Amino acid sequence: MRRLPPRALALVGIVTAVVVGVGGYVWWAARAHQAASGAAPSVASTSLESVLAGPHILFRNTLPGAQYGLVAAVPLADPTGARAFTDVACDRLYHAGDYTSCLRTVRGVATTFEADLLDSHWQSVQTWPLPGIPSRTRLSDDGTLVATTAFVTGHSYAQIGFSTETKIHGTDGTDLGDLESWTFLVDGTPFTTADRNFWGVSFIDDDTFYVSAASQSAGKTWIATGKISTRTISTLREGGECPSVSPDRSKVAYKKVQRVQDGQKVWAYAVLDVGSGTETLYPVTEGCDDQIEWLDDTTILYGMPRADEPATTDLWSLDIATPGAEPQLFIEGAWSPSVVRSGS
Amino acid sequence: MDPTTQDEQTAADQPVAECTRPTTSGTRQLPPATGRTAEEIRAQRAARNARVSSTVVTLGIVSLLTDISSESVAAILPLYLTTALGMTTLAYGFVDGLMQGASALVRIAGGWAADRGDHPKWVAFAGYGLSALTRAGLLLTTGFVAITSLVAIDRVGKGLRTSPRDAMIAASSNPKNLGRSFGVHRMLDTVGAAVGPLLAFVVLWLLPDGYHTVFVISFGCAVIGLAVLGLMVPDLRPRQASWLGAHQTRSERKLPSCKGCTCSDGAVPTLTERPFSWRFVTEPALRRVLIVAGVLALLTVGDGFVYLSLQARDGFATTWFPLLYVGTNIAYMLLAIPVGRLADRVGRAKVFVAAHAMLAGAYACAAVGGASATTTIAALALLGAFYAGTDGVLAAVVGQRAAPAVRASAIGTAQTVVAVARMAASSAFGVLWYTLGRQPAIVWVGVLLTLALPVCWFALRGIDRPGPAVLTSDEVAPAR
Repeated sequence: MRRLPPRALALVGIVTAVVVGVGGYVWWAARAHQAASGAAPSVASTSLESVLAGPHILFRNTLPGAQYGLVAAVPLADPTGARAFTDVACDRLYHAGDYTSCLRTVRGVATTFEADLLDSHWQSVQTWPLPGIPSRTRLSDDGTLVATTAFVTGHSYAQIGFSTETKIHGTDGTDLGDLESWTFLVDGTPFTTADRNFWGVSFIDDDTFYVSAASQSAGKTWIATGKISTRTISTLREGGECPSVSPDRSKVAYKKVQRVQDGQKVWAYAVLDVGSGTETLYPVTEGCDDQIEWLDDTTILYGMPRADEPATTDLWSLDIATPGAEPQLFIEGAWSPSVVRSGS
Repeated sequence: MDPTTQDEQTAADQPVAECTRPTTSGTRQLPPATGRTAEEIRAQRAARNARVSSTVVTLGIVSLLTDISSESVAAILPLYLTTALGMTTLAYGFVDGLMQGASALVRIAGGWAADRGDHPKWVAFAGYGLSALTRAGLLLTTGFVAITSLVAIDRVGKGLRTSPRDAMIAASSNPKNLGRSFGVHRMLDTVGAAVGPLLAFVVLWLLPDGYHTVFVISFGCAVIGLAVLGLMVPDLRPRQASWLGAHQTRSERKLPSCKGCTCSDGAVPTLTERPFSWRFVTEPALRRVLIVAGVLALLTVGDGFVYLSLQARDGFATTWFPLLYVGTNIAYMLLAIPVGRLADRVGRAKVFVAAHAMLAGAYACAAVGGASATTTIAALALLGAFYAGTDGVLAAVVGQRAAPAVRASAIGTAQTVVAVARMAASSAFGVLWYTLGRQPAIVWVGVLLTLALPVCWFALRGIDRPGPAVLTSDEVAPAR
């Protein structure tokens, strides 16, 4: 038999080594995943009905295991206690009135993204497609309006750059459209510059809401207020992203770039007193990317990724009424909290 | 004789043994295609249908593996950054901006280095190697700055390798079927670009947090691609080959005459003394190509806008929005070879200009009212045809006109002109998009593009005739 030339032999050697190495890693990763998803939940679990009957917190469970990514609930009175699992998977969720808004990644050979509106029995009422990775969702208190934000992604070498799409729907099926087509007023004057982005709606009532606005060409972000009846968005304050209004509507919490250090933004959570216009900053040590939720009128909740464990996140709480209070670990392995103050 | 040189030259299939053997550029010595006899026409047809060089196929396989590697990561990077690492929305925008900007300008540098050193393979190798390293880096880091740097380095690698690789395709192809050779390469390349995202999504489907698994597979593909390039692709020396082709006798090669020697006994002289010059930019035909490509690129607004416009009105496009670019890639993949063949037959510059009519068609699909699944699919097919008729075909037009000694620089320059003009077009179009509204903006650009087409067609007439390649290679050979 003719011997292969040395170069071909070397290539065969390299290809074999790579295939064995990559194959081994994939096998190991698949086994690790199988072991994790076969394992029982690492926290005590309880029945869903009993938790949902009283005041509770809904969230996305991010503890590794079979329940990873599923919507879970804990009683408001005992957030670290046994959690109840639904069989609904969401990347971001929110609950108000009779509805839960659930944004999810539909995995498959062709991965797509969708918004799913669920009724109180976790049955899908409406779905609509999203143009990219889910970002934010909120419902108005009585559950008549739902806002969704998604990144516009998908084109690998996208020539359009960063962009989000924020839409408001009525839970009765009406489509109030894309906020980008609404009138946008910066300090009272119409904004004509090319790029504008809106994300992170937080409803005040069934007509008005807070939202973050940005323009890359202007290099600015704003906290803005929107009015559905006039289809207008007006800036309120410069700086800040992802507003969230407190249950008593007296305060708005958002994240804000405190300063830029070594080219990296140092974030803080900010709370604005709507009546007096005073803004208080609460420094956080790591990067934060969550829309704040209010536990009550003086405590905010937010998710943080674990630095050493990608894909696992924790919920933290911060008492904003006590000066110098430190953030407390609130619920382990959780994301996208939604506080439901009255049970069903 | 230096044994390394000997080895390289043998591996590179260089004409050192016989002076009369056709070199990589030697086929240019065929008589010009005017006043052709039936025999000549038959010979030409045979040349067009001749097999595509194995070097081109090997380079295509390298690109296929590398594209699986890079596109699988690019497809899931937004998910990874936002979902697994919890980065902010604007941070992702920054990564995306880096991706676009980094590669354009490095292309000229890559082309220059390839021509200057006359070892395009090793410049391309450096580019592919740089990108492979970034895959390993993704496994080791989770920091925002680190990931953005890796993304930028990957783009630099892509910029670096593109023009040397295209110059190698041009150097190892028969000029008569250059369009088809580029078509074969681009087809293989695009197979990788279509397979990569799907592979990544399947992995994430089976292993929901399998980002690292995707990175490991991506790294593996990059390493195999690099090994195929390093071990199986000959170290082409286009400049040396063209010099040897132009200097066929011992006396022309400044070798002492001796009895019984073949013309290449003794070292090939003064190989290091090939002066490289940027004068090709002033060559009128090439300059025309660069200007026309630049003007047309200024009217190319980016697929993203077409997709967004379709998505605004068509439910089908909305559902599949994140995957519309895969549809375009599939159309491109299917059309690359047929369009390359067509370009060889009717003229590459003509096909290059005509492909922009496909783009105008895609704009029309995006602009018409009452969009449906049919218009969306038609738009994707037209975009695919546009890429099939521009990307590889432009490299073929330039590769055919430019002298071998400056080919990589010329291809790199053309690609940079196009990339920079398209980036400018996209930002300018962004302004139009918001001031006029989506539909009027697309209609405007479509009308301008349609008006520009006949002018560009006229400006490029005659370009497809064989260039003065042999003469030019004489020009850059040592004057001594």
